[in-house]
Amino acid sequence: METTLEKYTYKDFESDQEVRWCPGCDDYVILRAVQKALPEIGVKRENVVFISGIGCSSRFPYYMNTYGMHGIHGRAPAIATGVKMANPDLSVWVITGDGDSMAIGGNHFIHVLRRNVNLNVILFNNEIYGLTKGQFSPTSLVGQKTKSSPYGNTQPPFSAGELALGANARFFARIGGNVPKDMSELFIEAEKFKGTSLIEVLQNCPIFNDGAYDQFTNRAVREDRQLFVEHGKPMIFGKEKDKGLVLNGLKLEVVTIGEHGISEDDILVHDAKTEDPTLHQMLVRLKYPLVTGIIRSFEDQTFEEREMDVTKQVKEDSRFVKTDDLFFSGDIYQVF
Amino acid sequence: MMTPSIKPGPEVLEAVIIRFVGDSGDGMQLTGTQFSDTSAMFGNDIATFPNYPAEIRAPQGSLYGVSGFQVHIGSVEISTPGDEVDLLVAMNPAGLKTNLHAVKPGHTIIVDTDAFTKKNLEKAQYEANPLEDGSLDNYRVIEVAMTSLTKEALKDIEGLDNKSITRTKNMFALGMVYWMYDRSLDHTIEFFNKKFKSKPAIIEANTKVLNTGYYFAETLELIPNAYTISPAKMDAGTYRIIMGNTATAWGFLAAAEKAGMELFLGSYPITPASDILHELVKHRHFGVKALQAEDEIAGISSAIGASFAGDLAITTTSGPGLALKGEAVGLAMMLELPLVVVNVQRGGPSTGLPTKTEQSDLLQALYGRNGESPLIILAASTPANCFDFAYEAAKLSLEHMTPVILLTDGYIANGSAPWKIKSVNDMPDIKNKVLSKPKENWHPYDRDKQSLARNWAIPGTPTFEHRVGGLEKDRVSGNVSYVPENHEYMTRIRAEKVQRVENYIPELSTEFADKGDLLVVGWGGTYGSLHTAVKQLNEQGIKTIGYAHFNYINPLPKNTEKILKQFKKVVVCELNTGQFASVLKSKFIGLDILKYNKIQGLPFSNGELVEKFKQLLK
Repeated sequence: METTLEKYTYKDFESDQEVRWCPGCDDYVILRAVQKALPEIGVKRENVVFISGIGCSSRFPYYMNTYGMHGIHGRAPAIATGVKMANPDLSVWVITGDGDSMAIGGNHFIHVLRRNVNLNVILFNNEIYGLTKGQFSPTSLVGQKTKSSPYGNTQPPFSAGELALGANARFFARIGGNVPKDMSELFIEAEKFKGTSLIEVLQNCPIFNDGAYDQFTNRAVREDRQLFVEHGKPMIFGKEKDKGLVLNGLKLEVVTIGEHGISEDDILVHDAKTEDPTLHQMLVRLKYPLVTGIIRSFEDQTFEEREMDVTKQVKEDSRFVKTDDLFFSGDIYQVF
Repeated sequence: MMTPSIKPGPEVLEAVIIRFVGDSGDGMQLTGTQFSDTSAMFGNDIATFPNYPAEIRAPQGSLYGVSGFQVHIGSVEISTPGDEVDLLVAMNPAGLKTNLHAVKPGHTIIVDTDAFTKKNLEKAQYEANPLEDGSLDNYRVIEVAMTSLTKEALKDIEGLDNKSITRTKNMFALGMVYWMYDRSLDHTIEFFNKKFKSKPAIIEANTKVLNTGYYFAETLELIPNAYTISPAKMDAGTYRIIMGNTATAWGFLAAAEKAGMELFLGSYPITPASDILHELVKHRHFGVKALQAEDEIAGISSAIGASFAGDLAITTTSGPGLALKGEAVGLAMMLELPLVVVNVQRGGPSTGLPTKTEQSDLLQALYGRNGESPLIILAASTPANCFDFAYEAAKLSLEHMTPVILLTDGYIANGSAPWKIKSVNDMPDIKNKVLSKPKENWHPYDRDKQSLARNWAIPGTPTFEHRVGGLEKDRVSGNVSYVPENHEYMTRIRAEKVQRVENYIPELSTEFADKGDLLVVGWGGTYGSLHTAVKQLNEQGIKTIGYAHFNYINPLPKNTEKILKQFKKVVVCELNTGQFASVLKSKFIGLDILKYNKIQGLPFSNGELVEKFKQLLK
């Protein structure tokens, strides 16, 4: 991919359309984080494509001064796969929500991960249906009262991370919706990663599900409740940087450094790049602390690479260059 | 005592219809294909139709496990695989039972007597052996112990197990039929040599059995004489036998090459469309990118993505799959991107009759989407012209920036016929709407004044960054717009764009008569049956019957009404309950439009058509 000579600023990625999300929505934060990440990534604007499905988040492409398509509900990963196959040099970003990706588009979501198409998926997870005004989503909690579950939701939720890892996601990151700088950095890392990069943003919906992530993302508590993992670093968290994770049997356990003879050396070091997803699954499942950052980043062959390898071989071996070579080959006969 | 017989020379026939039937594993498709290819190369016109069960390996000997292949060859024009057969080759009782009805009384049946065991007779639900109970007295039955003769012929060949030996018995049958119809064995022997290159024992066995069958028939007193079918008068040129689905696939290959684009196929396997996928995945050397997607919706969605990014994109399916793709077809229509959707129709509704033919998706193609969403609809009419209409679908889609639905059906998709090979050099130019140079004051929905097609800026091209989407867009800027008048304007201009395609397609013409008492109207895959029936009446001296066939369904050819009005009666013949008739009735008020319909998963038979037309002419 060609990089730019002159550096863009985030303003170069703002379209002329007025942004129409509700005031206070985390979507604004994500939009700006993407617009700030792109100049750092350095890809030319004409080579960037945003593809979305349906939902609040899916209006995103209209606000980006790049190529973009606002598609149909749930199908963005399939559309984006076609874009990448047609032109693997493009930087392709899928914008989706929890309903779009895990309800109506569940099939495309798991298959894009399975194939490992080299694109980025930003999953705006607000645990609610916003655009249709407040029904429960596949990530809403059991018992949650919504427009379509007045007596409490009876459908247990998906965990986006567990679902993704189950579908053999090679890259999975999670981030709160209120930390734009960390978010931008994750987007840059996601773009650098070859393969499908899934970033789940815990996005607050101030209208229909306000405060859904407060217990994890609130400024006052987040350092104590969140563990931001980095590859090769010990998994330590807390305001005082005194908490950490150790493996106790088959379970992750929170320990305090300095207590019961625990030192920093006892804390598990994060290995995002290992092929075995066992520990990544455990990190994804953890509620205390909630794990954010790049949980998994395992480099594997991409779908496009596998496709191109086969095509290259076929082209080398083939006696057909033009369609005439095919049409006039084999069992042909003359009528005089 | 044997008396020396004087064999007369082969009797010359105009045409003959042969059906090979047996178990799914008996190799009937191969046998039939070999016979038809050999005949085509001899210069006959041909039409073939395979008829196989939906079950892949149905229990041996069962009635529903019968696989058949029908071939019609002639020295005259052959437009259909034919109805009743002159020769039935039945490899087992189940094949005989399920196909006897199709044999013309007095005509020939060849059976493998070795297969008429108690067990097989029971499986075929015969109470008595039909070879013994007189039930076949009205036919000329040639009883041959094919399995034992095959075993005997191969007893000296080493390195063959019992299964491989028995498997070659279809070649015994083929050898007999080759002798009966005075065909050369060369093509088939050449085929063995290519196909089994690394297995000399198999080549030897098949060749030996084929020859044994041939000489067996020659010496068999039961066959009094052989027949021959002279070469047909066909246009000079280079030919090959092609199946409809292959022709469809190749039409897209040709279109992509002509347009200078790469071909993208997004598809999900479905009967009877999968062969198009199977064909296109072979052709990576031409830059074909094919995605076997996770479902029908992903098939079309990936194609929309590929189209957005500048490929010639297609998706292939059959009826139920088109239903699943409906919303995405609407998106492509709204985006005004090129896309060809191929629907190889089968019996519906729901899962219906997957391996049988029908024309019941016409209204789905025309109207099966939410909102006002007219598209170009084309229908191919013969196995060979699937090539032309796939090419035309791609051309119209690229030049008019709209999805096109191409309808074929199981009958022409699986049928095969001679195709006078077309070089891409002889095909019409395709000029896509792709922009490359920056333009002042550009908008994504700027339109060509004549065709109303919008221009096409593809990702990767500087200065054209823009957003498209399923939401209604402003007529000028292309941005989202909820303005009431704008929506009406856009709805009308999208429809007008499709309507104006009538200025770019050929006018309708009639065959046999351009005015008179009765106009037979057909569309799509019924061409062969309808053409043959009207031709037959015409040859009988009835000159007031004409035939009009539609390949362009939407928009209709400009002169449609004018043509229809030249006849006192119009009868629309379709393999549905009257879908095209209802379209014509709604468009052309005051015409006497009659219907003739069949909904049996089968093509029209010649007899029923001729009778119906005669009745209408009274």
